[in-house]
Amino acid sequence: MRGIRKAFPGVIALDGVDLALRAGEVHVLLGENGAGKSTLMKVLSGAYQKDAGEILLNGRPVEINGPRDALALGIRIIYQELNLVPHLSVAENIFLGSAPTRWGGIIDWRRLYANAGQLLGDLGMEFSPQTPLRALSLAQRQMVEIAKSLARNASVLVMDEPTSALTSREVDQLFTLVQRLTSRGVAVVYITHRLDEVYRIGHRVTVLRDGRHVATTTLDQVSIPDLVRMMANRDVGEHFPKVRTAPGVELLRVERLRRRGVLDDVSFALRAGEVLGIGGLLGAGRTELARVIAGADRPDSGRVLVDGKPVSLTGPAAAIRHGIGLLPEERKAQGFVGGFTISRNIALPHGRRLGHGGFLPGGCEERLADPIVKELRIKGTASQPVKLLSGGNQQKVVLAKWLAGDAKIFIFDEPTRGVDVGAKVEIYNLMNRLTAAGAGIIMISSELPELLGMSDRILVMHHGRIAAEIDAAQASQERVLSAALGLAG
Amino acid sequence: MTTRLARARQFGTVIGLLVLSAVLWALSPHFLTVANLLNIAQQTTINAVVAVGMTYVILSGGIDLSVGSIVALSGVALGAALQSGQALPVALVVALGVGVACGLVNGAIVSWGRLPPFIVTLGMMSIARGMALLFTEGRPVSGFDEGFRSLATGRVGFIPVPVIITGVVYVIAHVVLTKTTFGRYVYAIGGNEEATRLSGVSIGFHKTMIYAVSGLMSAVAAIMLTARLNSAQPIAGMMYELDAIAATVIGGTSLMGGEGSLGGTLVGALIMGVLRNGLNLLGVSSFLQQIVIGAVIIGAVLVDTWLKPRAGRG
Repeated sequence: MRGIRKAFPGVIALDGVDLALRAGEVHVLLGENGAGKSTLMKVLSGAYQKDAGEILLNGRPVEINGPRDALALGIRIIYQELNLVPHLSVAENIFLGSAPTRWGGIIDWRRLYANAGQLLGDLGMEFSPQTPLRALSLAQRQMVEIAKSLARNASVLVMDEPTSALTSREVDQLFTLVQRLTSRGVAVVYITHRLDEVYRIGHRVTVLRDGRHVATTTLDQVSIPDLVRMMANRDVGEHFPKVRTAPGVELLRVERLRRRGVLDDVSFALRAGEVLGIGGLLGAGRTELARVIAGADRPDSGRVLVDGKPVSLTGPAAAIRHGIGLLPEERKAQGFVGGFTISRNIALPHGRRLGHGGFLPGGCEERLADPIVKELRIKGTASQPVKLLSGGNQQKVVLAKWLAGDAKIFIFDEPTRGVDVGAKVEIYNLMNRLTAAGAGIIMISSELPELLGMSDRILVMHHGRIAAEIDAAQASQERVLSAALGLAG
Repeated sequence: MTTRLARARQFGTVIGLLVLSAVLWALSPHFLTVANLLNIAQQTTINAVVAVGMTYVILSGGIDLSVGSIVALSGVALGAALQSGQALPVALVVALGVGVACGLVNGAIVSWGRLPPFIVTLGMMSIARGMALLFTEGRPVSGFDEGFRSLATGRVGFIPVPVIITGVVYVIAHVVLTKTTFGRYVYAIGGNEEATRLSGVSIGFHKTMIYAVSGLMSAVAAIMLTARLNSAQPIAGMMYELDAIAATVIGGTSLMGGEGSLGGTLVGALIMGVLRNGLNLLGVSSFLQQIVIGAVIIGAVLVDTWLKPRAGRG
């Protein structure tokens, strides 16, 4: 792949990225969240169309205009969510859509099972092709997915974080299998966040950062700290208008929160006037933590204290009563009602307060919303549904919902995602105003510069736990990233 | 919604009704007479009232298939109460109570059982019908006094009482939908349930109330139907759910929830009433009528889909 470029509205996801794969190698693709790994692989597999650049296979330029083209060229991707049918057998899954048939349409079961059995044997798998897929473990299912791609003569196999849900024994099995693949001449692209694995399995590594190619090198020439540095050293081109406020009283305390599979013994405190940044990789439990504090999900154990008093967060309404406002990660799905006007969205959490015996006096929603709309400079007409506003204005509407009430604890989950630069700065300024007025902000962010630029203190999460707490003054991109990757930070 | 698009859509429905009326006026001299128009109004009332509840439910992103059966069950409860010598107000309260109770059960199971409304109300459709049949042993309850029957036959001035009842129902339901927090939540839940939940609105409570409104409307329809027929029949109200859904959808309410209005539903119900009446006047067979009505339903939604701007979706 040469000079691949891909832009989405408002963001350049890939900017002239090169990637060369050799037959029989395991090529590790490294990069932070949003560095462009997935986008690059989606271009390769035909899920996205590239804007510029070329893809060559065995030296010849090829056109990949859709997933079918990629499949025909022998390019296969194994996603974290497997594409298998649980109710069918292993053999049926492997040959789904290409089962050997007789008399134009009747499946030749004997040949199906024989072919599948041979393939499984070649790969050193120990289960029968007749086994129903649902009886297999996740690791075994992944192996079935790999066998499935081999049955279609894959020459390039992309594996996207294949070990994230596997036990260490299963990881060993998977790696043995990957070695068998490479000995057959398959080129494997291996995406992972586990740096320890990189050296066990990889031959060469390519590091991406902000959609750009940073380096490609053989793994015996780099150390783990080198890799972290290459991933982390992003240009801090943006200027963050951070204004520090002396921290005041403790607003929120979270003690030993657990939620099965996502949160493991999380404790921290948030003080008035403070921006507490939460970093970590996707799936580290950041959003889950936000949802528990906002009352959207219940913890299995642990407690939440507001103003020093334990509170029972039985639902979002209870959290709102205690002054907690959530700016959710998925703005469109969770933040606003797309068909509603700006005023109606802003008034939505305040219906009980606005209503007189259930009736909404004429214009009460506008009276509540208008000053905040002006203050935040939300651009849109009174009758325009919020779904037609820009991302930045939509985000301001979600913010305004909580500003219209008496929230003093704000949880911002990726506050500037999909927001243009101008609106970003406005959101940062707003955060300053909130902390100056004595509010506390928890800011979850995958953007390291933002996390470092706007936080007073940073918690880094890894596998549902708090892996590190770093004072913003001492924080560096490398330290945060090391902790997020589970390395001693 | 008071968005420009929704207004344009509603305007389109009204134009559809006017064009349809103009065509029928041209084709039949009997169409545009006071007697016939009152006839249409009267025949539209029951579907129009059931469709009020259906509009609430569909606006919230749900569906209620049990309305026809609830009409039957409320009707036989009313008939039995009247025949056992209960005073008219008591009997009416019994009928309304039965309807609301069925709706509450629907809403509670949808909310807290986390089942799809389609399944829950499909079950209730069968249960309520079965209860009506069991209670009456399959026989109609007939013969009521003049006072009760005046609910269908009476007139205030020249306007039939059912038309007045329907008008009052629409005014109240419209005010609730547009001027109260409850009405706002109906739209919000249908527009984005998760965002509404995260805004601190109790989804369970409000959904339950929405289905209760639908049950209540079925009961009101049951009262008008029983009075008109002078008989409460356990097999009454068959297919009412489909007529109500049709009126709602023709009236521009999105089956995905969150968009639509009661004004649209009223016009939708009138279109169906005018169409049936007109086809009858023209002597079109009832078999052919079904085909025409089906085509109108599909056509109305098709126009809706075309009109909706692609980018603005979701």
